[in-house]
Amino acid sequence: MNDKSDRPAATIRTLELVVAALLFAFGAIVIADSIRLGARWAEDGPQAGYFPFYIGLLICIPAAVVFVRALGDRAKAAKTFVGRDALKRVMWMLVPSIVYVVLIKLIGIYIASTAFIAFFMRRLGRYPWITTAAVAVGVSLVFFLLFEVWFKLPLPKGPLESWLGLD
Amino acid sequence: MAEIGSLIHGFGVALTPFNLMLMFIGVVLGVIIGVLPGLGGANGVAILLPLTFTMPPTSAIIMLSCIYWGALFGGAITSILFNIPGEPWSVATTFDGYPLAQKGRAGAALTAAFTSSFIGALIAVIVITFLSPIVASFALQFGPPELFAVYLLTFCAFVGMSKGQALKTIASMMVGFALAAVGLDTVTGSLRLTFGFTDLLKGFNFLIAVIGLFGIGEILLTLEEGLAFKGARAKLNLKVVMDTWRELPRYWLTSLRSSAVGCFMGIVPGGATPASFMSYGVAKRFSRDGEKFGTGQIEGVVAPETAAHAAGTSALLPMLTLGVPGSPTAAVLLGGLLIWGLQPGPLLFQEQKEFVWGLIASMYLGNIAGLIVVLTCVPLFAAILRIPFSIIAPVILVVCAIGAYTVNNSVFDVYLMLVFGVAGYVMRKLEYPLAPLVLALVLGDAAESAFRQAMLMSQGNPSILFANALVGGMTTLALVLLFWPLIQTGLRRAKAA
Repeated sequence: MNDKSDRPAATIRTLELVVAALLFAFGAIVIADSIRLGARWAEDGPQAGYFPFYIGLLICIPAAVVFVRALGDRAKAAKTFVGRDALKRVMWMLVPSIVYVVLIKLIGIYIASTAFIAFFMRRLGRYPWITTAAVAVGVSLVFFLLFEVWFKLPLPKGPLESWLGLD
Repeated sequence: MAEIGSLIHGFGVALTPFNLMLMFIGVVLGVIIGVLPGLGGANGVAILLPLTFTMPPTSAIIMLSCIYWGALFGGAITSILFNIPGEPWSVATTFDGYPLAQKGRAGAALTAAFTSSFIGALIAVIVITFLSPIVASFALQFGPPELFAVYLLTFCAFVGMSKGQALKTIASMMVGFALAAVGLDTVTGSLRLTFGFTDLLKGFNFLIAVIGLFGIGEILLTLEEGLAFKGARAKLNLKVVMDTWRELPRYWLTSLRSSAVGCFMGIVPGGATPASFMSYGVAKRFSRDGEKFGTGQIEGVVAPETAAHAAGTSALLPMLTLGVPGSPTAAVLLGGLLIWGLQPGPLLFQEQKEFVWGLIASMYLGNIAGLIVVLTCVPLFAAILRIPFSIIAPVILVVCAIGAYTVNNSVFDVYLMLVFGVAGYVMRKLEYPLAPLVLALVLGDAAESAFRQAMLMSQGNPSILFANALVGGMTTLALVLLFWPLIQTGLRRAKAA
C-alpha cells in the first residue's frame, strides 16, 4: 500500500498507543460523569449514570489492554501508519475541507462549495480556469436548483444570496 | 399460507407507476453510490434520507431500500473492472473477478456477479417472506428482559464474529453506546456528558456519524493510497450474458451454500463483508477447482457475491421484526422508519401490514429492477469512474456536507461530520471495526431502556436475564458468542497439547 520510498510519518504502534490513550481518556470521562450523576441503585430504580458507568468501564479496559499490548509489539513499531507523501496528500484534502466547513457558516454553502471544488480542480487537477469555473459553478447551480427549488430544503446561505434576493 | 396472500396484497401496494419509477431511480442512484469511492450503502442512504421525508413512508422506504440494492450491485462493478472494491463486501469479488477481467472475460464476470447477487437476494427475500411473520409473532411475547437479551445477543455476536480483534470491537461498540448516552436522559431528565455545551443537548445523530465515518473516512483513505484508476473495458452484450447464464447452473451447489452462509450472517449481525469472505473460503475448500481460485474462476465470483447480497438483504429481517438491524445500512433504514413514525418490531407486522408487505414485495421487484439496470448500463457506470478524482472528491465531500446539514439543519453537524471522518480514517487503519459503533449508536437508547426496565422488574438483580428458558437461552448464547474468541484459543491449545 505504501511506497518503499515514502518515509514514514508515524508508525502503527505510535498511532495505536495514541488512540488507545484517547479511548481510555474518553472512557474515564464517561465514568466520571456517570459518577457525578449517580451510578447506583436509587429508591426508584437505576440512576442516570447506572448504565453509562459500565459503558465507560468497558471502554477503559479494552483500551488499556490494547495500549499495553502495543507497547511491547515490535512488529507494529516497524510498520508505517502513514508515509510522509501519503500524509501530505491526506492533508491536502483535510485542511481545505476544514476551511470549507468553516466557510459554510460565513458565506453560505453554495459559494463555499464553488470555491472548494475550484480549489481542488486548480490545485490537484491543474485544469484551465475556464473548465474549473464551468464545473464548479455548474455543480453548485445544480445543487441550488435541486435543494432550493425542487426539494424546497433551504441550505445555509450567505451575503451574496441575500444581495441577490434569493434568501 | 397466509404469507402468500399478504405478499400478493403487498405487490398491489408496491406496483404503482410512482413506486416503480422510484425503484428505478433508487437502483440507479444506488449503483452510482456503490461505484463512487466515499459513498456507500449506509452513508448514501443516510444522505438521501432527508429528501424522502415528504414522501409517503411506503414509497420512501421502497426508494431507499432500492438504493441499498443498487449499492450492493454497484460494488461488484469496480471490483471486477478496476480491482478497486467499491464496497467492503466486494473485496472478495476482486480475487477472481479482476483476473477474469484481465483475461478479457470482464463481461462474463460481471454477468456472473450480477446474477449471483440477484439469486442471493432472492433467496434471502424468500427467507424474509416466510420467516419474518413467525419471528414477529414469537417476538410479541417479549418483555424487557427478553428484549435486552436480543440486544445483548446482537452485540455479543459482533464480538464473536470479529477476527482476532475482539477488544477493538468491544471498544468501538462501547464508544457508540457512550455517544448514544450523550444528551438529555429521558427517564431521569438529567443531562449526560454534555458538559454545558448546548450543541450536545440533543445528542449525537447517528446519520452524521455514518456520513463522517464511512464517507469522509473513505475519501481520506482513497487519497492516501494514491489514485490510479486503471481498468478493463466493460463489454456486455446479450451473447456474453446468455453464455454466462448457461454456465452458471453448474455452480448451483456453491450458490445454495453461499446463500445459506449469507442469510445466516445477515440475520445474526455478522454483515455482508465477513459473509462474502467466509463464503469464498468455503467455496474454495469444497470446489473441485479449489486450487484454481484466485486465477479467474467464475465460481470465485459467484460465491462472495451471492453471500454478500443474501447477507445484505436478510439483515433487514431482524430490523423489521425485532427492531434490531443486522448491518449499518439496515440501521440507517431503521432510523428512517423511526422518523416516519413507524416503530419497527413485532407490532409493525400487525399495525402496518400495508407498509411491511409493500416493502417485502418491493424487495422482489427492486432486485429485478436492479438486475435489469446493471446488466444494461454497465458501461455508463464504469464511465463514472473515469471522471478525474480531483473533480469527484470535492463533489463527494460537498454532497456529504449537504447530507449532514439536512439531517437537522445544523452547521454544527457538518463540523461533527468532519471529526467523525478523521476518526473513521484512523479507526479503519488501526482495524477498529466501524459497524458496531454505528449499531450501538442507533440502538443505545433502546438497549438502555430495555436494560433499565428489566432491572426494575427484578429490583436490580441480573438473574432476571436467566429467569426462563427463552431469556436464559438467549443470554447464554450471547455469553458464548462473547467469549467465543477465548473459547476458540482454548480449544486450539487443548488440541495442540
